[in-house]
Amino acid sequence: MTRNLWSLGLVVVVAAITFLLGYVGSRRANTTPDFLVARRAIPATRNAAAISGEYLSAASFLGVAGLVLKDGIDALWYPIGFTAGYLAMMLFVAAPLRRSGAYTLPDFAEARLGSTNLRKFCTFFVICIGVLYLVPQLQSAGLTLNTITGLPAWLGGALVTVIVVVNVLGGGMRAITLVQAFQYWGKLFAIAAPTFVLFAVFLGGPGNGAKPVDHADVLRFHEPVSVTTAEQVRLQVVVPMELSATGQVNGGRADGDVFWTPGTYTVGKGTVLRFEAGAPVPVVEGSPTDNEHWLKPQTGGPSGLFETYSLIFATFLGTMGLPHVLVRFYTNPDGRAARRTALHVLYLLGLFYVFPTVLGVISRLYLPELLVSGKTDAAVLLLPETMQPNLLGQVLGAVVAAGAFAAFLSTSSGLVVSVAGVVSTDILPGKVRDFRWATVLTGAVAIGLALVLPRSDASLTVAMSFALAASTFCPLLVLGIWWRGLTWVGAVAGLVVGGGLVIGSQAITVISSYTGGWAPSVFSMPALVTVPVSFLTMVMISKLTSRRRPEDVNQILLRFHAPDPLGFMRDRDVQRFGTAEEKARLAERRDPRAWDQP
Amino acid sequence: MSKHSGPPGQPDQPQPGERDAWLPVSARKNRRRRVVLADPRGRGRVLRTIIELEEQTSVGEKLIRDLIRQQLRTAAVLGVGTLVLLGALPLLFYLVPAVSDVEVAGVPLPWLLLGVVPFPLCYGVGYAYRRLAERHEHDFVSSVDR
Repeated sequence: MTRNLWSLGLVVVVAAITFLLGYVGSRRANTTPDFLVARRAIPATRNAAAISGEYLSAASFLGVAGLVLKDGIDALWYPIGFTAGYLAMMLFVAAPLRRSGAYTLPDFAEARLGSTNLRKFCTFFVICIGVLYLVPQLQSAGLTLNTITGLPAWLGGALVTVIVVVNVLGGGMRAITLVQAFQYWGKLFAIAAPTFVLFAVFLGGPGNGAKPVDHADVLRFHEPVSVTTAEQVRLQVVVPMELSATGQVNGGRADGDVFWTPGTYTVGKGTVLRFEAGAPVPVVEGSPTDNEHWLKPQTGGPSGLFETYSLIFATFLGTMGLPHVLVRFYTNPDGRAARRTALHVLYLLGLFYVFPTVLGVISRLYLPELLVSGKTDAAVLLLPETMQPNLLGQVLGAVVAAGAFAAFLSTSSGLVVSVAGVVSTDILPGKVRDFRWATVLTGAVAIGLALVLPRSDASLTVAMSFALAASTFCPLLVLGIWWRGLTWVGAVAGLVVGGGLVIGSQAITVISSYTGGWAPSVFSMPALVTVPVSFLTMVMISKLTSRRRPEDVNQILLRFHAPDPLGFMRDRDVQRFGTAEEKARLAERRDPRAWDQP
Repeated sequence: MSKHSGPPGQPDQPQPGERDAWLPVSARKNRRRRVVLADPRGRGRVLRTIIELEEQTSVGEKLIRDLIRQQLRTAAVLGVGTLVLLGALPLLFYLVPAVSDVEVAGVPLPWLLLGVVPFPLCYGVGYAYRRLAERHEHDFVSSVDR
């Protein structure tokens, strides 16, 4: 109970600081540009911390360690991809995107290609990706609160939604910038401090009789363990074993000692499995069953290789298409600052990702039971107290819980701001009041979906939104920024084909997971196919419709690429929503006859 | 122009109209002005070439095309290089499983290659790109001032 109090206390502290910083940030926010892009006046270092804070979501904070625990070394491609994706974004997108002067992704599409049709398609996909990313955040928040305090799972998601919506209502982008910057450092501390302490404990010897991870055998329980499944799981057994089960196994009733021969077992919800010390650990289907496969890379054969490359494609190229990441870049003062911000983010991300990897490895020695229940996302939360069942463990556990909570808050607020920005400017008239309505709407839809949809690993759902972003916005941005030949027809075709393929393959994966898992991995990891297809479609259709190329394409590209001191940049949010005074300033800044476009 | 005189959202923007607002419109253009190029704070102004660039005269267009090509080449070389470097790892592990048995300071080599090395690598590439891209822009600003 004391542990719950510690955790609950720190979570409340995080929530309170979030409110406080949000209030401080939003005191002077009252115009649409304030809400959309924080007036584009965020200094690079603070912006970088805010971006990192927003980017390191539940998938990074909890998911990476969980995947390392479950899948071993091949899971390291997630943090690598999340970081390298940022590099790709910096190389190809950051500075020109900022110079485009757009305030949302659909607005960029219209600024570049001058088509309101394309804008509508982009709006659709931004909302898709945003909500797809938001739902697992809220679900993981439920899991976290449930794990640390035993409160019902829906409460966590609801709590995060309320805090985020209230904060964003107050000041939009301006309110959340300071909050997210704080939350990055909070998260870094919350994962670094436990890692240092637990790693020291680990070096002192596991002390719990666990065999080292490089012991050539299947993983074995080092003490008697009882596992209650929270939902139906399929377990693989490779070594004959004895255990005691109470509940549903393979559709039949099990009560008492059973003997499992190698094979796959379906264990129903709420079943209690009791293992003796030294018994092999049955793992959820699809994970490596022995230490050798866990420890060594690329042991999954050609299909494993395909999955790795597909993941590399999705994450390397998907980052630049994530609306909540892009929208933060619009808050930089100019293109050069955008580039510097991105570089700073690379350093902050690299600093962070060392820690979840270490925690994931250590947790394999201490928390093998999570491999049975499949709830590996909880590894980081449970590890401190499992290793240190005393006050230190309780405090560290509370710190981790607070960090996880900060992760949900910062990512969710970024997503809510970006989706609400698009909804308010593209579907509603775009006044501050509309932004507030859009915020409430986004929050309500997201929490509704989070409660209805089934839960899966945070990182996997996130990987799916990366695949969608990589197959839709990545080609649009890269071609739009660097290639004069792009037309709006080609862009729409690429979005529809790329996005359609990803959504279709996900639908097939979901159907197959309910009907026996027959779909090959190309459907669950489609990026390696869909990204090139989407690029090709855009190029081909643009060539066929080259008459529809915007006439002022040269001026537009000039604006994207001309160095900032020449002063070509023109902020579209001021043009559309600014006060008369701001508009006059904008017109006065440059010789007006150069801009004859409306 | 001092830093705080700009509007809050655009601190780095030059505002030509401000200083000579008292002059009639026709006189503003002809007034002598001191042009500072590649000011370290990024506030230079090169009016003549700007107009040349905007109107896409052949010179202006060639200049900007070259800049875009140069920036794209830099980004592509660095990006593809990183991709090849990192992308070769899964294939290496797949084709030469013996790599997994090598240990460095007690840690298997693949764990170091995947868990630690990519992060400084990404930062290094990003740093190089920032340097190069800013140099190209600096050169561009210098070259338009002839």
